[in-house]
Amino acid sequence: MKRIQGSKEIRIEREFEWEIMKEDRMVLDAALEAGCILLKNGAEIFRVEETIYRICRYYGVYSCNVFTLTNGIFLTAGDTKEPYFAKVKHLPLGGANLGRVAAVNQLSREIEQGKYTIEEVIQKLEEIKRSKDKSKVSKLLAAGIGCSAFCILFQGTLFDCITAFCSGISYYIFKLYIEKGTLSKITSNLCGGILITMVCLLSYQLHFGEHLYGMVAGSIMPLVPGVPFTNSIRDFADGDYISGAVRMLDAILVFFSIAIGMGFVFLLYHHIMGGAIL
Amino acid sequence: MIMQVIGATIGTMAFSLLYGVPKQYYPCCGLVGGAGWLIYLLTKPIIGTALGAFCSTVFLVLLSRIFAVKKQCPVTIFLIAGIFPLVPGAGICMTSYYVVVNDIRQAFTTGFMAMKIAVSIVLGIVIVFGMPQKWFQRLGNISLRRKEKEFT
Repeated sequence: MKRIQGSKEIRIEREFEWEIMKEDRMVLDAALEAGCILLKNGAEIFRVEETIYRICRYYGVYSCNVFTLTNGIFLTAGDTKEPYFAKVKHLPLGGANLGRVAAVNQLSREIEQGKYTIEEVIQKLEEIKRSKDKSKVSKLLAAGIGCSAFCILFQGTLFDCITAFCSGISYYIFKLYIEKGTLSKITSNLCGGILITMVCLLSYQLHFGEHLYGMVAGSIMPLVPGVPFTNSIRDFADGDYISGAVRMLDAILVFFSIAIGMGFVFLLYHHIMGGAIL
Repeated sequence: MIMQVIGATIGTMAFSLLYGVPKQYYPCCGLVGGAGWLIYLLTKPIIGTALGAFCSTVFLVLLSRIFAVKKQCPVTIFLIAGIFPLVPGAGICMTSYYVVVNDIRQAFTTGFMAMKIAVSIVLGIVIVFGMPQKWFQRLGNISLRRKEKEFT
């Protein structure tokens, strides 16, 4: 009789442990998901790790350890009191959407205020993940307006700005409708550089635009890798040298591929027309 | 010059849309970009391009950190958009052009300048991010701090 009762107690205890384990797993999964969204959309390493630690700590998982690189998160947890958990997630380098970074940041702040249960957090993260980008038309217009506005900074006249507007839009048409992320980063930026330089040269040759330098400099702006560049500096400042170096390499590679694309077009132009053009 | 500052503001706002920044932050992004370029234009004739870029980066990062505390959102949002006018994308690309046309002297001059600007941006960001968060929270608005006290 006593033995049966004992086994029953053990079973209840085990079920209880199993429940805790399940919940801990959910917490760690949610934390990892939040970290992935942040890392993918252009947050710095420090923010990713901090967010994961905060979510874990709030829901009572104290033994978690994170190691984050630019393209991967390693998360483990477990000690004598808490069950073991380990997960590695690889994330390819991709485009940035700062809106999602802001949303996850807001979520983690609200978690600390105790607004959500863990199930709600998972649901919220799914919502953030699925949240839509800006529409293609507005992106096209923004690229055009941005290019022409930056053209002013390089002493462009009105006609230069109009050219920059056209070349910015043509690059984004190429990016959104033709390329659609199928090409590798290097090839895509190479093609972008070629396209933009060709549009600007055409306008210059037709005596529509006046300053070739201004037009090219303005319309090259959407290709400039501002997010990797800034984030790499911030990672260096936080002491995450590996991630900083990877991101800096990414930025430099993009710079070089744009430059090679431009250089290619200029070289061709030189051979055909002869003489200096700038 | 006014045209240039307006151009920087509009350009920054347009690019913040491309990076998916939520709508309510557009004016702040534009302000950061415009102010950064204004400082650059003002300081460039006096202390040179590289130092000018450094000063404007420091100012710009300070401003975006203050905005980040005030609006309670990641500083990255304002920083990335605001720094765009300063990043020497054009300089680096022109260097490649001069290399292509075999004008090595011009290539060296332009490339060196672009490197100098990039390094001063790096220094500016690193220095301002070395400052503790507390200073900025003090600068942030008071009602916000009251709210935080309610939570704790």
